[in-house]
Amino acid sequence: MRILSLAGRRLAASIPTLFLILIGVFLLLQLAPGDTVDALMAQMGGGDAATAHELRKFYGLDLSVPAQLANYLWHLMRLDLGFSSIYGKPVATVILERLPPTILLMTASLSFAFFFGLVFGVIAARGVNRWPDTVISTFGLIFYATPSFWFGLMAIVVFSVYLQWLPPGGFEDIGTVQTGIWRALDIAAHLVLPTLTLGLIFLAVYLRIMRASMLEVLNLEFIRTARAKGLDETHVITRHVLRNALLPMVTLIGLQAGTMLGGSVVVESVFSLPGLGRLAYESVVQRDLNTLLGIVFVSALLVIVVNFVVDLLYARLDPRIAAEGS
Amino acid sequence: MDLSRLEINRRTALLTSAAIAANVINPMRAFAQETPRKGGVFNVHYGAEQRQLNPSIQASTGVYIIGGKIQENLVDLDANGQPVGVLAESWEATPDGKTVTFKLRKGITWHDGKPFTSDDVAFTAMNMWKKILNYGSTLQLFLNAVDTPDPQTAIFRYERPMPLNLLLRALPDLGYVSARHLYESGDIRQNPVNLAPVGTGPFKFVKYERGQYIIADRNPDYWRANAPYLDRIVWKVITDRAAAAAQMEAGELHYSPFSGLTISDMARLGKDKRFIVSIKGNEGNARTNTIEFNFRRKELADIRVRRAIAHAINVPFFIDNFLGDFAKLGTGPIPSTSTDFYPGPDTPQYPYDKAKAIALLDEAGFKASGGNRFALKLLPAPWGEDISLWSTFIQQSLSEVGIQIDIVRNDGGGFLKQVYDDHAFDLATGWHQYRNDPAVSTTVWYRSGQPKGAPWTNQWGWEDKAVDKTIDDAATEVDPVKRKALYAEFVKEVNTELPVWMPIEQIFVTVITAKARNHSNTPRWGSTSWHDLWLSA
Repeated sequence: MRILSLAGRRLAASIPTLFLILIGVFLLLQLAPGDTVDALMAQMGGGDAATAHELRKFYGLDLSVPAQLANYLWHLMRLDLGFSSIYGKPVATVILERLPPTILLMTASLSFAFFFGLVFGVIAARGVNRWPDTVISTFGLIFYATPSFWFGLMAIVVFSVYLQWLPPGGFEDIGTVQTGIWRALDIAAHLVLPTLTLGLIFLAVYLRIMRASMLEVLNLEFIRTARAKGLDETHVITRHVLRNALLPMVTLIGLQAGTMLGGSVVVESVFSLPGLGRLAYESVVQRDLNTLLGIVFVSALLVIVVNFVVDLLYARLDPRIAAEGS
Repeated sequence: MDLSRLEINRRTALLTSAAIAANVINPMRAFAQETPRKGGVFNVHYGAEQRQLNPSIQASTGVYIIGGKIQENLVDLDANGQPVGVLAESWEATPDGKTVTFKLRKGITWHDGKPFTSDDVAFTAMNMWKKILNYGSTLQLFLNAVDTPDPQTAIFRYERPMPLNLLLRALPDLGYVSARHLYESGDIRQNPVNLAPVGTGPFKFVKYERGQYIIADRNPDYWRANAPYLDRIVWKVITDRAAAAAQMEAGELHYSPFSGLTISDMARLGKDKRFIVSIKGNEGNARTNTIEFNFRRKELADIRVRRAIAHAINVPFFIDNFLGDFAKLGTGPIPSTSTDFYPGPDTPQYPYDKAKAIALLDEAGFKASGGNRFALKLLPAPWGEDISLWSTFIQQSLSEVGIQIDIVRNDGGGFLKQVYDDHAFDLATGWHQYRNDPAVSTTVWYRSGQPKGAPWTNQWGWEDKAVDKTIDDAATEVDPVKRKALYAEFVKEVNTELPVWMPIEQIFVTVITAKARNHSNTPRWGSTSWHDLWLSA
């Protein structure tokens, strides 16, 4: 019950911020030259002025900017995200269709990065300034510095073109209709390369953070105490160091959840995945205001939720931090 | 900047040329005697999703590549670029050019089983081509009515003479028919059928997953005997060009139309025996690279400055080093692929001559002070690598004659708004698309009185009564010989005045699997119905 009321208060406090963000994005997009009809004309390869006028009326662009904004906010109050001009259907439907691939890809790559970042971070910290540390840190830096589109393309060339082990793109096999477990396996096969591509970049960050925070905790007094009282090294690491060193990692997950819904335009494009990142990119290029604002709205909601969960996790990891700060 | 730095690209360009040259003859293999094989799935690269798929209300290759297999047009072009009947069996025009009668094929049904009749043609013409279809609304501006005395006859009645050869060359693109019974009620633009098209074509729409794929299956009741050969066509949405090339190599794609891959990937795949890389089958989709001048700048209103700019740019050097065999020297707004209207190269041209450019600028009174005469803002369109390279080349070339160029880049919507609506440019560069007849989408680049905001039209602040008259006369001239002469006159006039310079001609490049047969056999093959396309084992 206490958690629920806390959640409610958090949400209420975020509403003004949410509105400011939406108004900001709306106005920012007005600054970009051209509207969705110009973008449509560019796509069609031309059209006459009468057609353009008709289309502006059709998309509700003949209204003034404040009127459009008021219109949008009024619809939003009634939880109506409006109509997408590129897709010709409600924004909520469009976003819901794109959510599963995005969430699947992002949870998979974040889990991958978190788990291996943690393992390699611990190994590197334990062998600090010796060869395991050097090897792990070097690879981490290489992954971090390599552009993801290159990684993705190289992965496709090696695993799909030459070895032909994995599909080069798409979310699932179109040729055959699969159901149940086979469909799940098929989707999993399609997600291996994008998960690795995206995960390797996150991995480097988690690895560095984990290593640094392990080293910091290892030098604290209570670790010396633990060792002095005769605990073996594995025990010290898992029970004492790890739990304390995890706090920065959890903070990072909370921060990265924001980018989660935004997805990754590059990886989604290279692997032709129907994710939210590509949707957001397309709605900017096509000046589809409603869709873009819808994505911003949903992402903002998600960030609020994830940060709330992160706060609860803090309290769990470190009992000194009370859930309510009182 | 030193132009010799561009040498780095020479080697790649030469390799490209060789690779393409070697492959242009390859399509001939398709004509070897082989028995057509039924069956197979044909996977097509779909680079940019459109908002809808009905070619009766949107004229663009992105729609034809899908909708053109499901819906059909009244006429199309044959291998020699001549009109050939599809839904229409025959046609004739009255001598005054005000009435055109189409006889329609019998026994054709829509995919939902309803019969196709002249009612469908009349409804589509009056409600879609005339009111919604881009370029169609201009073409059919003076269409008064379509009479349907019987189900197999559609009589188009025009207020002003409509040249039959213009109509027949425009209808392959602007003459797709939609089913009246599906569009009669409600707003045509919002009709859900636009995203699940129903037609008379060789393939039936099955499924569209936005952002992923579109599927169409063989139509067993298709009206042509023994067609189509393929069981299924799958269009895969792949926005990343390099990833699409990798999918071609992995065998997941059979065909990438309309220069869908990067120039370097097309060159690379051209050397691979598994693929054919060619410009064949795209002759009907010619385009020219432009330099558009804004006459509101006093410098550019001076004809000597416009000519000096043209003389200052070494176009053959640019083509050789950057575009290879994908392009050739252009001679004006009507490209050489347009056999019916090309006036030949014997019109005013502006070959590279730096000394002459400098002399012209001096003569116009824009003396160089500290090496600089004046600065101009150049807006390149964001479609195509070639435009980006071309704009940098313009910048470097003009700096050599003392004109400083600032390149301002925009995305598609932004470019159109800034150039054709806000007129916030000095120079702009993009593509002019030629659509088989100059009256469809070419003369609007020069005719005065274009409404502000209409993209790809004369927004230069330039007006020439003589040119306007030539354009208007040609648009209603019924005699094909006189029409051709009028357009030759038009090219001469606009090449003299130079409100827009069109010095490069390009045709889209096709990348297709070497297993395909009967492909690239008409000038707009990527847009056609593919009823005879088959895949060898």
